[in-house]
Amino acid sequence: MVPLNYYLVLSAMLFAIGTAGVFVRRNLITILLSVEIMLNAVNLTFVAFGRALGSGDGQIIVFFVMTVAAAEAAVGLAIVIGLFRHRESLNPDSWTVLKW
Amino acid sequence: MLLAVPALPLIGFLVNASLGRRIGKAAAGAVACGAMLASFAVSLLAVMRLVSLEPDSRAIVSRAFTWISSGDFIADFTLRLDPLAAVMILVVTGIGTLIHVYSTAYMHEETAPEYARYFSYLNLFAAFMLLLVLGSNFLVMFVGWEGVGLCSYLLIGFWFEKRSAADAGKKAFIVNRIGDFGFVLGVLLAFVRFGTIDFQQIARAVAPMSPEAGLGTISIITLLLFVGATGKSAQIPLYVWLPDAMEGPTPVSALIHAATMVTAGVYMIGRNAVLFAHAPATLTVVAVIGTATALMAGTIALVQNDIKRVLAYSTVSQLGYMFLAMGVGAYAAGIFHLYTHAFFKALLFLGSGAVIHALGGEQDLRRMGGLKRDLPITYWTFLIGSIAIAGVPGFAGFFSKDEILFRTFASGHALLWTVGLLTALLTAIYMFRLVFLAFFGDRTPDQTHQTDPTHLTHETHLHDAPPAMALALIVLAIGSVVAGYASLGGRFERFLEPSFAPERVAEVADRGLELTLTAVSIAAALGGIAIAAYFFLKNRRAADRMAEQFAGPRRLLQNKYYVDEIYDAAIVQPIRIVSESALWKAIDVRVIDGAVNGVGETVTGASEMLRRLQTGSVRAYAASLFLGVVLILGYYLWP
Repeated sequence: MVPLNYYLVLSAMLFAIGTAGVFVRRNLITILLSVEIMLNAVNLTFVAFGRALGSGDGQIIVFFVMTVAAAEAAVGLAIVIGLFRHRESLNPDSWTVLKW
Repeated sequence: MLLAVPALPLIGFLVNASLGRRIGKAAAGAVACGAMLASFAVSLLAVMRLVSLEPDSRAIVSRAFTWISSGDFIADFTLRLDPLAAVMILVVTGIGTLIHVYSTAYMHEETAPEYARYFSYLNLFAAFMLLLVLGSNFLVMFVGWEGVGLCSYLLIGFWFEKRSAADAGKKAFIVNRIGDFGFVLGVLLAFVRFGTIDFQQIARAVAPMSPEAGLGTISIITLLLFVGATGKSAQIPLYVWLPDAMEGPTPVSALIHAATMVTAGVYMIGRNAVLFAHAPATLTVVAVIGTATALMAGTIALVQNDIKRVLAYSTVSQLGYMFLAMGVGAYAAGIFHLYTHAFFKALLFLGSGAVIHALGGEQDLRRMGGLKRDLPITYWTFLIGSIAIAGVPGFAGFFSKDEILFRTFASGHALLWTVGLLTALLTAIYMFRLVFLAFFGDRTPDQTHQTDPTHLTHETHLHDAPPAMALALIVLAIGSVVAGYASLGGRFERFLEPSFAPERVAEVADRGLELTLTAVSIAAALGGIAIAAYFFLKNRRAADRMAEQFAGPRRLLQNKYYVDEIYDAAIVQPIRIVSESALWKAIDVRVIDGAVNGVGETVTGASEMLRRLQTGSVRAYAASLFLGVVLILGYYLWP
């Protein structure tokens, strides 16, 4: 059996990659993808703890997170399309003023 | 029933204030006069009920509601009719009604809205004055006290387009405010000392005490109350507003500044007679101030040329008499003089109003003369008023003035008596100077006025008082003759006694002395008339020679002892300078504006720096969020 710590380390690495992606990348779609990676890193932690503690709660929460993530992706992509129509750009730095 | 007395004029005020400009002049006048007449009728009924009660329990109390109840402090909105208040409400509503009727004719040239405004103020004044005299505690009295001050201000400044009228209104208001400040302090101190502001309870608390020897709490309370009285009743040092108040319409001068409001101070002392009787120091001050005011105003009245100003100074002088009476403990005599004075002074003012009306606004005595022929009703009624105020036997003023002088002498104030007698002489001189200048001799038309077209039209048909005015004049003239007989056999005094009880005025029963003193005061009155007749009727050149001979004192008197100038230099200018240079330019501009602007500038400066944080870059926000979360987690998770 793979020890719990392995999962946690992998989860932490995925989360760090996702966070770095959010901060570093200059493309809105890539940023959304990075957010998905962060969410899935957390999902992995939940599942790993659930298995280690012999409980199904972790898996149930993961289902909720996946549902929310799907909704978030739908709304997020819709906003990205809206923004793109205004500026013809996917760079988040194009929107530094909160009005137009 | 008692509540209706002040409520009826108040209703009249509300009607005229809200609908007056629409219902027309006749209706507005009718509403105002009707309200006063109804109030007079109710007053008469109430007084008749009062008289039917036993002499010792003569009081009708009508408690409307508890106004303020806070801890120990309880103030009921209660009206109380006792003999003293009965005299006052009859004077206020009776003479008030006549003056309302007179005003309907006097003000007929005003436009409808102005006319309604005038009558609404007049009704409001009557309501407040009745509240003042009927209030059973200091608080209710104070509401009336301030209310009449307000109406006085509104009516003095009735023709506010005229700069001098607006200024006179403000002067009256501000000078009264100074007095009221003392009055309020006196009431507060009375509450601290006695734990109540009800007149009856204070009187009961004070009655068993022995009179204060020195300057104790009661003396200070009464002195402060007297400061309020000097403001309202125009005594030294706060009398300066009353002569200027003549800028208002003449019926207002008759009602407010002769018959009713200015006597509020005298009434207030009478109302608190028991309290004042326990402060001999205050009583001395009251008597001395009253006498000094009587003499000073009497001398000024000798040389004034404005018909209304002569009467104004005469009012101040007569009020001084009332305070003299109060000061020597002759409360009934003081109130009696108040009552007779209300008749003849209202009559004199209304008569002067009829003269001014007939001459189209002319107030200068030097441009009058010979009016006896043209204005017979005015002349005869005015003459009766003058005889009454001069103190000729048989007329109202004789009874009351003689009583005051006798009481003063009997209480051992020989010096005050001498000054009072001198003032009586002056009174006769200045009143008959006025009569002879206005009604006798020839009119000396003024060149500048003849070229004035409006004046010419008025001069051409000089008309005597119209019916409404003549009615008021004749009724008041009858009053000026018969009012004095109310005191025969001490009836008036016995009627009022319960109001001043248990303080009994010292009984003086020296008939011989009284007769001697009466003879002396009759001599003073007739002598004064004779002097006036010699100088202003027989031999005007002698008067001019006298004026030249005593040019210095004459100038002093004509300028009213320069009191206005002294007040201006000693009080008004320093306040103005301090206000402008210190309060305005230093404290207001530098400190207060500086603080406000400083706060604004601090916020602006801080925002200037903080706005750099608001870059608008979403990733920068996210990074700071992330950093924050890491720091918080690190803080809690660090072992």
